[in-house]
Amino acid sequence: MLYSVIGYYSLILGLCFGLILILFSVKNFQNSKFDTKILSFTFLQFFFVVISFLCLVASFILSDFSNETVFNNSHTTKPLFYKIAGTWGNHEGSLLLWLFVLTLFILIFLLKSKNQPTKYKILTLVFQQIIIIGFFVFLIKTSNPFNFLFPTPEEGLGLNPILQDPALAIHPPILYLGYVGSSIIFSSALAATSLNLITKSWATHIKKWVLISWIFLTLGILLGSIWAYYELGWGGFWFWDPVENVSLMPWLALTTLLHCILVLEKKLILTSWVIILSISTFTLSMCGTFLVRSGILNSVHTFANDPERGLFILIFLFSLIFLSLFIFFFFHKANKDTPTSFFWLSKETSIIINNWFMMYFLSVVLIGTVYPIFLDVLSSQKISVGPPFYHKLIIPFLIPFLLVMAIGPKLKWIKSNLEDKTYLIILLLFSILLSFLIVKNFDINFLLNTILISSALYLFLITLRDFFIKKYNNISQNIAHFGFSLLILSILFNNLFSTEIITNLKVGETFKSETTKIVFEGMSQKKEKNYRSIVGNFSIQNSKGKIENMSPELRIYNQPNIVTSEADIKTTLISDTFIVINLVQNQDYFNVRYQVKPFMIWIWFSVVLISFGGLISFIKKKYEK
Amino acid sequence: MYGRKVKLRFLFVIIVLLILILSVFLVLKSLEENVVYFQSPSEIYTSSELDKKKIRVGGMVKKNSISITANEIKFIITDFKNEINVTYAGAVPNLFEEGKGVVAEGFLKDRNYFSATKILAKHDENYMPPEVKAAIEEK
Repeated sequence: MLYSVIGYYSLILGLCFGLILILFSVKNFQNSKFDTKILSFTFLQFFFVVISFLCLVASFILSDFSNETVFNNSHTTKPLFYKIAGTWGNHEGSLLLWLFVLTLFILIFLLKSKNQPTKYKILTLVFQQIIIIGFFVFLIKTSNPFNFLFPTPEEGLGLNPILQDPALAIHPPILYLGYVGSSIIFSSALAATSLNLITKSWATHIKKWVLISWIFLTLGILLGSIWAYYELGWGGFWFWDPVENVSLMPWLALTTLLHCILVLEKKLILTSWVIILSISTFTLSMCGTFLVRSGILNSVHTFANDPERGLFILIFLFSLIFLSLFIFFFFHKANKDTPTSFFWLSKETSIIINNWFMMYFLSVVLIGTVYPIFLDVLSSQKISVGPPFYHKLIIPFLIPFLLVMAIGPKLKWIKSNLEDKTYLIILLLFSILLSFLIVKNFDINFLLNTILISSALYLFLITLRDFFIKKYNNISQNIAHFGFSLLILSILFNNLFSTEIITNLKVGETFKSETTKIVFEGMSQKKEKNYRSIVGNFSIQNSKGKIENMSPELRIYNQPNIVTSEADIKTTLISDTFIVINLVQNQDYFNVRYQVKPFMIWIWFSVVLISFGGLISFIKKKYEK
Repeated sequence: MYGRKVKLRFLFVIIVLLILILSVFLVLKSLEENVVYFQSPSEIYTSSELDKKKIRVGGMVKKNSISITANEIKFIITDFKNEINVTYAGAVPNLFEEGKGVVAEGFLKDRNYFSATKILAKHDENYMPPEVKAAIEEK
């Protein structure tokens, strides 16, 4: 009760500081001096948001059910870890987390950019405060996390059990660090455009923010994907579900932005690209929040279907887009005095080509995600766009994309020629040969697969070769590109060589196919604090005669009363074996899904490698400073 | 009449436009092919022509309608006005229960029989897919 009051008034105070900051900034902007009070006010705003956030955490830990958010999403029997994680496992709390990161980042930004021009700093602060105030108003008006409930209920409704999972407990904070990091890029790009400050030194300065948001966004998506793999029981890692797509879209924009910033830092070209991408990355992050929070997309992320919330975000979003486009068109002047021409065979060209490919991928994902919504609004026809759509439109274009990615870094800036590049051709031939052998060996005679694998293998071999050349200094790029080739290769092999058996078994029954024997040996029961579980004991014999015991679990949670299945996964370097059971109501049969999925661990590992490349780039630049 | 540079730029613009048109065409074409429509049992019952493409059917799982054998699961989807028999061989999600909402994806065999290739998971016991809700409310 007490914590709710403190939390609520801290929020109001935080909002007040936001308004004061804008007034102060406008005054300082005119005199073009940076008052130290600005810094203190930003700190105070951050401080109050932290207080508010901690109050909500405390209410969750103490199971204070007089707080509506806690009542809706917690339960006394829940383990402490999930009580805390439950703070952001709901709409209100997750928005408070957004706000927390927003205020944290602007504080860090101000502290870290002491040497930047005063006007630029102030203007960035103003744009960031506009976003922050928008979120404050949204939170207080439509989704107050501190609403009272009277009389106080005895017990809460509990957290959706499939969210009670370690990966998903840290998935939102990590993802938000990426999303919200893009808000700094957005504000700073707008400020720099207004002041005509898009320069090489600006690129160096904002690059760190691009890198840090990119790393977190990558890791956030990875965590969500890993969770979906073992918790949802489908045994896949990407479903082209709208909620996955809305996180992929900012990632694509941000990745493109990262490459543009690198070019801008060296060559002062692609300025319009950088501005547009900075705007669209943040807008796409906001769009994601809008689509997910408004209940338009239905998924585990949809906490409540409240039209008022959706409308608010929509209006907010459109005002931000309008503001940024206005600034872009009226203030952005193309740099006329620097030479912008470059030869067709150069690093610039290859980066631009791949930028266009990324934009194409982005539009495909955008259309696939948004089209069903539009059709529903226009003709109230319900449709869904499935994986075949994305596969068909994205996979063929991955081939040139991978090839350009392999060759591009080998080219020089401005103008390049193909002397001393015979190894490029030798490696290409080698990868075609190798992939032909792989595909042929497994009797999957698809021309597409051969070409796809060879182009991914090509990138793989070229980046692998570079690790052994000492002279080559762009280690971060090499790691990231190597990781990407590994990712594509693992996904391809995973798709090609996965096998699946789905059957219904009673206890004691045996399923036999040509390669596999599955014996359902028995069942045992376990009881935990907030759920009881049925563990199935299976012994599985593969074609080589190796027997493995696996025990997938069914958990029946008390509150809310939901059954979840915990897959049993045995991971080795070469492949994962995955088994999950489901109870079909009032029947003796268990629905059993058994999969052998090659190279699963390499998919996760390669994504970690990709973000590690970003991390190296982040650290390296710091040393040079 | 025009310089070489202008011609080149002109060519470039045309190529870009062509690529753009081609990709828009490609996207629209595959949208048309890969879109899955949602229908309620009543819509199927009253439709003049049966869809040969993959569709989704949604509604409630009828009480006492689930029967299961080693190879397949049979059940009935109802929107309390019309119903349709579904046969399915594959994995069912956790929240697949009698009296609860369900969405099945697959092909129509005839007006009364649907062969499902996938049953979609729900994430929450209280949650009902908007399509299902609409299908039930329409009756």
